[in-house]
Amino acid sequence: MEAIERRVNYLNVDHGIRSWLLTVDHKRIGLLYLVSITIMFFLGSLMAGAVRAELLTPQGDLMQSDTYNKAFTLHGIIMVFFFLIPSIPAVLGNFLLPIMIGAKDLAFPRLNLLSWYVYIVGASIGIAATIGGGLDTGWTMYTPYSTGYATTNVVFPALGIFITGFSSILTGLNFIVTVHKMRAPGLTWFRMPLFVWAHYATSLVMILGTPVIAITVLMVGLDRGLGLGIFDPKAGGDPVLFQHLFWFYSHPAVYIMILPAMGVISEVIPAFSKKRIFGYGFIAASSLAIALIGFLVWGHHMFTTTQSMYAALVFSVLTFAVAIPSAVKVFNWTATLYKGAVSFEAPMIYALGFIGLFLVGGLTGLFLGALGLDLHVHDTYFVVAHFHYIMVGGAIMGYMAGLHFWWPKITGRMYNDLAAKAAALLIFVGFNLTFFPQFIAGYAGMPRRYHYYPEEYQVLNVLSTAGASVLGLGYLLPLFYLLFSLRFGRHAGRNPWGAFGLEWMIESPPTPHNFDHTPTVTWEPYDYPEMHKLPTRIGESRSHVTLAEGQPTPPEGLAHV
Amino acid sequence: MSDTATRLQHHFANEEQQLDASTFGMWVFLVTEILFFGAVFCAYIVYRTHYPEVFAHGAHHLDVVLGAFNTVVLIASSLTMAMAVHSARVDEQRDLARYLVGTMFLGLVFLGVKAYEYTHKFHEGLFPGNFFYQADDAPLQRLFFSIYFTLTGLHAVHMIIGIAILAVILVQAMRHHYGPRWHTPVEIMGLYWHFVDLVWIFLFPLLYLIGRHG
Amino acid sequence: MSTHHYDPAATVRSYLMVFGALMVFTALTVAAAYIDMGAMNNVVAMAIAITKAVMVMLIFMHVRESSPLIWLTIASGVLFFLIMVGITMIDMTSRGLMGILGK
Repeated sequence: MEAIERRVNYLNVDHGIRSWLLTVDHKRIGLLYLVSITIMFFLGSLMAGAVRAELLTPQGDLMQSDTYNKAFTLHGIIMVFFFLIPSIPAVLGNFLLPIMIGAKDLAFPRLNLLSWYVYIVGASIGIAATIGGGLDTGWTMYTPYSTGYATTNVVFPALGIFITGFSSILTGLNFIVTVHKMRAPGLTWFRMPLFVWAHYATSLVMILGTPVIAITVLMVGLDRGLGLGIFDPKAGGDPVLFQHLFWFYSHPAVYIMILPAMGVISEVIPAFSKKRIFGYGFIAASSLAIALIGFLVWGHHMFTTTQSMYAALVFSVLTFAVAIPSAVKVFNWTATLYKGAVSFEAPMIYALGFIGLFLVGGLTGLFLGALGLDLHVHDTYFVVAHFHYIMVGGAIMGYMAGLHFWWPKITGRMYNDLAAKAAALLIFVGFNLTFFPQFIAGYAGMPRRYHYYPEEYQVLNVLSTAGASVLGLGYLLPLFYLLFSLRFGRHAGRNPWGAFGLEWMIESPPTPHNFDHTPTVTWEPYDYPEMHKLPTRIGESRSHVTLAEGQPTPPEGLAHV
Repeated sequence: MSDTATRLQHHFANEEQQLDASTFGMWVFLVTEILFFGAVFCAYIVYRTHYPEVFAHGAHHLDVVLGAFNTVVLIASSLTMAMAVHSARVDEQRDLARYLVGTMFLGLVFLGVKAYEYTHKFHEGLFPGNFFYQADDAPLQRLFFSIYFTLTGLHAVHMIIGIAILAVILVQAMRHHYGPRWHTPVEIMGLYWHFVDLVWIFLFPLLYLIGRHG
Repeated sequence: MSTHHYDPAATVRSYLMVFGALMVFTALTVAAAYIDMGAMNNVVAMAIAITKAVMVMLIFMHVRESSPLIWLTIASGVLFFLIMVGITMIDMTSRGLMGILGK
């Protein structure tokens, strides 16, 4: 085992609150995001708790209808815009992407810091809007209710979403330019880790989609504040146009949420099977395919509107098509596991859980994509269960897998694996108990967004709320053992998991500039059989002192397209 | 401080990579702007297809002369902006400052004309929403003006931001910060400015020139 | 954007020529608006606008000297805008065509 090296790392190189609030180090910015989105996650969970508590009994007895409407609206808005969309890209992507491609930082470090501040402003507005009375339109803010009839303050939360959108755009912009222009010598596109491919595809979606939601919520604000009438039927406007513009972003948004998680899984599965990933090229291409085709299916949210039948047919077919690249990934991960030396540390448990839960979520998405069936289950708990399987069973499990996989790299400490496994199991069991009954309730006709329901659905709802309590407990545990590890955890070496990748060849925690010299990459990715031939350290200068500032890197021919 | 001192940031290997990245970054941002304006253009296309006469009639309330004048002004400002970038490249410091001032001046002229047009519309009762009181074709004509004000308003905001940033760049230019070796902010601001011109190139015929014949 | 083989005189000339052309096309588009060409009015107006836009992009924005990556970037922006408008218009123009109530 390596002796603990007392090198300067990105955590101890500078102290004090200014060094954090004015940092341009992508690793510190990742941690700033980690703290912020965790706070928003707990806020969103409180809203979920309120919803599930109310649904314990068939009567609407815990809160007024209006209050319940605010609870589920805020749950959706906070979880989607202020937690899930940033989560993996802003925390893990920011931290790891430069390291994985052998760069010393993202292309635009100051823009990176700006993106965090923009996020903070947007999220603060979101919190203020919550405290100030909330929004009751549903996270989808459909017109003309949101523009004309809602009695809650619509403009304020819409402003929060508008501003946070720019944080997303700046992150995506930074990632795209970094991947194109800052890969280390020898790191061709097809030698990049799949985590990077996933974030590149995600960034494309962020760039192309987010501006549309931004301008759409702006138009809602203008409609409401100035009475413009762009979406108001009385003025000749078309509420379905709002839905087109809204879903043009919000559908690809779900791919913003899932693609990074898939990128995490593509790293964790080979690491804990000690095997080359199966079908690297296909997985990389499937990320791009999901991003692209994901832009063509938004109308499947509008099957029950006055959207034309022709358009509905087109969207339905394309919806079936978008499932194919996702399935390719699931097959390839499974094939990677086959005959691998599989071990079951916490990250792997999350990753395996992801595969199963994403499968259920993805398949039920196909059910919903079928026009006839959708007419029956639209706006029921079937839809709610479907998207929670993907977003919680998929995206959040992926986030947890990543957090647990790279925690030793980020902090230099190992957490208690037993506690982590216990939490993972609690989360898996709690999750299924929460959401599987919802498939049944929805198929049996229980509508969503109602806080009172006929007696016959009570058993399912009680199971669901019970599950939510277990799930909540499961999510609380990491807070304890991860924080505990910061002080008392065993020091992690460079590569505690024996995993493949540039990030595992540098210090834990990394030095401020990741590499003293830009490394040259000569190996293929995930080459586990040949891993013993590769260096265990890379890009380091010989001395163990603080690296010299402004030391020029050797001008190598850079691989940039 | 002249531009001969290195502006190379530590995470880039050389200045060419840095400029390349900055230029590409601005283009990626402009793509977001295409989609940003694009959604409002989408609303325009949908509603004009549904209500062609309303749009044609609404356009009659717009002054073609002012619109054409503004088009000329904005294109001229694109020329001065391009010349500003050129001046930086050939180290003509005074020309650089003059062309930047010229660009800003033309931008302000454009905004002045728009302010005049907006005030006029307001007095005619054509400002949308709660201030709209045009009798003929209302409420449908209100839709045309909602789109008109959203599109041109968004465009004007982009111009205001552009002029503000140009002011900052002008100050730096007067301190001789830019030169042949490094003038990245001028170049990428040029790209932004031309994009704002591009949007207007489409706005002008789509808003001012419909239904003019017959 | 490398500054070697930069011909200042040729560059300035190209800027002035584009400016001149843009003025001509602006006058043209105004004039064309007053001639009744039926449905062609729209086509002509858009054709002129696109021509002007292409000139601004190629010359003022230096796309002519830019890498294929920049071309690809611009093309993606335009493509996704067209997708957004195109499929929305498929909905907007095909309502009621199948004789199904409400669709």
